[in-house]
Amino acid sequence: MKHHTHLMIGLFIVTGLLMIGAIVLALGVAPDPVNLATPTERFAQRIFYFHVPNWWVGFLAYLVAAVAGALYLISRQERWDAVGVSSIEVGLTFNTIGLISGSIWAKPTWNTWWTWEPRLTTAAIGWLMYVGYLILRSAIENPQRRARFAAVFSILAFLDVPVIFLAIRWWRTIHPVVIGAEGGQGVGGFALGPTIQLVFFFCLVAFTLLYVTLMLVRLRTEFLSQRVERLRQHLMFR
Amino acid sequence: MHHLRKILAIVAKDLAAELRTREMLGAMFVFALLVIFIFNFAFELRAENQRALAPGVLWVAITFSGMLGLSRSFIREKDRGSLEGLLLAPVDRGVIFLGKMLGNALFIAVIDFIVLPVFVVLFNIPVTALPPLAVIAVLGTIGLSGVGTLFSAMAVHTRAREVLLPVLLFPLIVPVILSAVKLSAAVIDNLPFAEAQQWLSLLLAFDIVFAVLSFLFFDYVVEE
Repeated sequence: MKHHTHLMIGLFIVTGLLMIGAIVLALGVAPDPVNLATPTERFAQRIFYFHVPNWWVGFLAYLVAAVAGALYLISRQERWDAVGVSSIEVGLTFNTIGLISGSIWAKPTWNTWWTWEPRLTTAAIGWLMYVGYLILRSAIENPQRRARFAAVFSILAFLDVPVIFLAIRWWRTIHPVVIGAEGGQGVGGFALGPTIQLVFFFCLVAFTLLYVTLMLVRLRTEFLSQRVERLRQHLMFR
Repeated sequence: MHHLRKILAIVAKDLAAELRTREMLGAMFVFALLVIFIFNFAFELRAENQRALAPGVLWVAITFSGMLGLSRSFIREKDRGSLEGLLLAPVDRGVIFLGKMLGNALFIAVIDFIVLPVFVVLFNIPVTALPPLAVIAVLGTIGLSGVGTLFSAMAVHTRAREVLLPVLLFPLIVPVILSAVKLSAAVIDNLPFAEAQQWLSLLLAFDIVFAVLSFLFFDYVVEE
């Protein structure tokens, strides 16, 4: 246990330093993209270094939850349920931040807080689905049943996200496609220079590590609360 | 073949129970009508925007009244203590799922078929649009019933029961609602089939994939 604590503290420090580095690099070092005209647009563009890694973490978190759900249904080990709920809570946090910060970027760039565009709509529906997941959990007392239902729901929800995205993409899109698109597409898109790419990948690594850290902290809380629950049962039925 | 007979036996049981009590279909139908009327007040439907709003109104009516039916599906079994009996029946759990799903789809389809003519009259839509709209309604109804039946079985085991079903179900069935609305709009606006084809493929794909997934997961939901 003590050994674990040392590792956790080490991880905290590394993650904290990387996140500070990410802020400095994204705001101070990364150059302005060449094709954005107004200063407002150039300031707003810097969300890119946080916004994209932010959504990557959200996606990763939901993927981890779906895999944990499948592993729970196969193995019936309580710890996979803990991984599932922890990952969805962390993912939902990033999902919420992504929606709000994206809206703030959209205002100067698209001149509107919100538009029913595929990524935005999918993100909003995904948010609703995973809030539903938490409501579902809170409405079930039996831990095994809660774990089973949560696992089934997290797998179905994750499989549904691409279908929803496809369905909504058949309306026209204005969200920028920056990665893998020459010169950037969409309103507010821009080209990626080498420094921009370097800073971006740094931020991606920093955010992924932040996910791992938050996940471990949340998981530890979940294991502790499972242990408290077991002790309580043990005392009650002694 | 004998599987099909067992599935139909469950459907027949639900149908017989409904015909004797008439507790669902009447309420679902009136509710669907109410949704259409409320939209009239809410949007002050006038001649020029009626056609544009019609598909959305139709599908809100179908999904909302369908939700009523779906949530009753398992609550009814549970309240009468027949859920255990159903689960103890010497048949595969998959058979029970398909029976319940088919029953739910049947109830919602009945509502579709009663609401559609009323809808066509109220929105001044050509009668020739009825057959394609009916096909779309059936496909959309299958999409609702697949995941709907699974989540209905889930919701009945929770504290919130019927409150939980729409919260879980609506975000997941967005592709069904979207493609059904788009297809209905294409029929009402008399667009060429090629323009609506991708929505039809999406609806069919969703129907099949999510019915199969729900069929597979049903076992995990009802096990004790």
